[in-house]
Amino acid sequence: MSPKKIEISNLTVHYGHKKALHNISLDVFEHEILGIIGPAQSGKSTLLKVINRTVEFIPSARISGTVKIDGRDIYQQKNVYELRRKVGMVSPLPVGLPLSIYDNVAFAPRMAGVTDKKKLDEIVERCLTQAALWDEVKDRLHTLGTRLSGGQQQRLTIARALSHQPQILCLDEFSIAIDPVTTMRIEDVLKSLHSQMTIILVTNLVQQARRLADRTAFLMAGELIEVDRNEVIFSDHPANQKTYDYVNGIFG
Amino acid sequence: MFNETDFDRTKRSTELIAKSLFLLMTLLMILPLLIIIGYLFYKAYPILSLDFLLKNPIRGMRAGGIWAPLLGTLYLIVISLLIAAPVGVLAAVYLNEYARESWLTRIINLAVVNLAGVPSIVHALFGLGAFVLFLGIGRSILAASLTLAIMTLPVIIASTKEALSSVPMAFREACWNLGATRWQTIRHVVLPNSISGILTGIILQVSRAAGETAPIMFTGAVFFKAIREGDIFAYGLFDQCMALSMHLFTISTQVPNVPEALPYGTAVVLLGTVLVVNALAIIFRVYLRSKKKW
Repeated sequence: MSPKKIEISNLTVHYGHKKALHNISLDVFEHEILGIIGPAQSGKSTLLKVINRTVEFIPSARISGTVKIDGRDIYQQKNVYELRRKVGMVSPLPVGLPLSIYDNVAFAPRMAGVTDKKKLDEIVERCLTQAALWDEVKDRLHTLGTRLSGGQQQRLTIARALSHQPQILCLDEFSIAIDPVTTMRIEDVLKSLHSQMTIILVTNLVQQARRLADRTAFLMAGELIEVDRNEVIFSDHPANQKTYDYVNGIFG
Repeated sequence: MFNETDFDRTKRSTELIAKSLFLLMTLLMILPLLIIIGYLFYKAYPILSLDFLLKNPIRGMRAGGIWAPLLGTLYLIVISLLIAAPVGVLAAVYLNEYARESWLTRIINLAVVNLAGVPSIVHALFGLGAFVLFLGIGRSILAASLTLAIMTLPVIIASTKEALSSVPMAFREACWNLGATRWQTIRHVVLPNSISGILTGIILQVSRAAGETAPIMFTGAVFFKAIREGDIFAYGLFDQCMALSMHLFTISTQVPNVPEALPYGTAVVLLGTVLVVNALAIIFRVYLRSKKKW
């Protein structure tokens, strides 16, 4: 088995008095796709926010436990921006920054100090190609990113998340605002990225986790019910009855 | 199937009534404004000329132009804005983008809202006490501008905060996810998307600063002062000055036998000054937007 990329142990997150995550311990291995499934309010998105420390922007959030990436505790790390560049993040609704397509993808490298035009051009082309969007937009890179269709915008946000060459790519329900055909295209993109990075895929669609993930974690009400290889989670005998019920649509 | 029921008919007439009512209110709102402007111009017409703008008042303010008060008002507007705009915008950015919800920020926000409602005469007395006497600046353009700045500051803070908070949170989160700092996020995404709202808020305060008489009366404005005609640097920072609002008050109430056109002319120029400043701001806003390529 490949080495551990992320080690989460005894993670508990509170928003004010509300407990969002309770005592989660979870490892993510290098170059795997980890699916995270669970009903609404189960803490899936919070888990992603913990991994790139954007949870700290929520004023009421309190975090305990440790999260290590490559063996280093990320909450002890001074350079949080470096961490966020290591972790690409794609949000549920595509948020095209009100900038051109080019500037959207070049945003992160620029914020990290890249000014060389040629290098930026390269990054933009590489990322848009990786996100399967290049052919559709290469002639209009300087039009506004928010003018693209929903599916194109979501691929734009994926391209943007790839622009700082992350080692970990987190996707938070990327397909809720786009059509099935585009979803399949993006799933193909993810499969092709599989060999280069660790992917964490939070999804509402149980079948999506089944199609894409190597392992799947089931979260409910802030607790990790079960995490295992897909063959086990989606078999007739997962370790926990709740997992079976959820995966088979008996509740949720 | 598509026959109109009684309910449908009621709905349709209600719709018509509602729409007419809204239209009527809109017209009622615009009408007085048009009448005021028309009336002012009609009354002021005989006196309006370039000379009226560029000559000092003469013969005990019963004749001549309004150069000294016009320039004085411009000084007060510009200097008070130079003080209030940066302070107000930066404070609002702090309050909206950095400050965490705590009792301290709640008190500050409460203070901002309440200060915006303080009558201008109270600001005037504060200015007199704080700037003229305590700081020893003396009655001067600087003291009057500082007083106007204090008066406009809370509203600038409030309107700037409003503009900033209208930028969707998702934009900020997207930037943070990409490893941008708070300042980079503010600089590249939040400010460019709220700048027109911020400017609008500031500009609205220009008309307030130009129109108020009370705050400057105790702190730097005088009834009469002759200055060099045609020299836009005729006032110094520590001079006292005339101002349009004060001049209008003086010639309408304090000086007997003023020709009727004179106060109306002054009012038209005061109005015109505000409109010109507003127009400049609109041009600036259009320019900023054109740079944004959308």
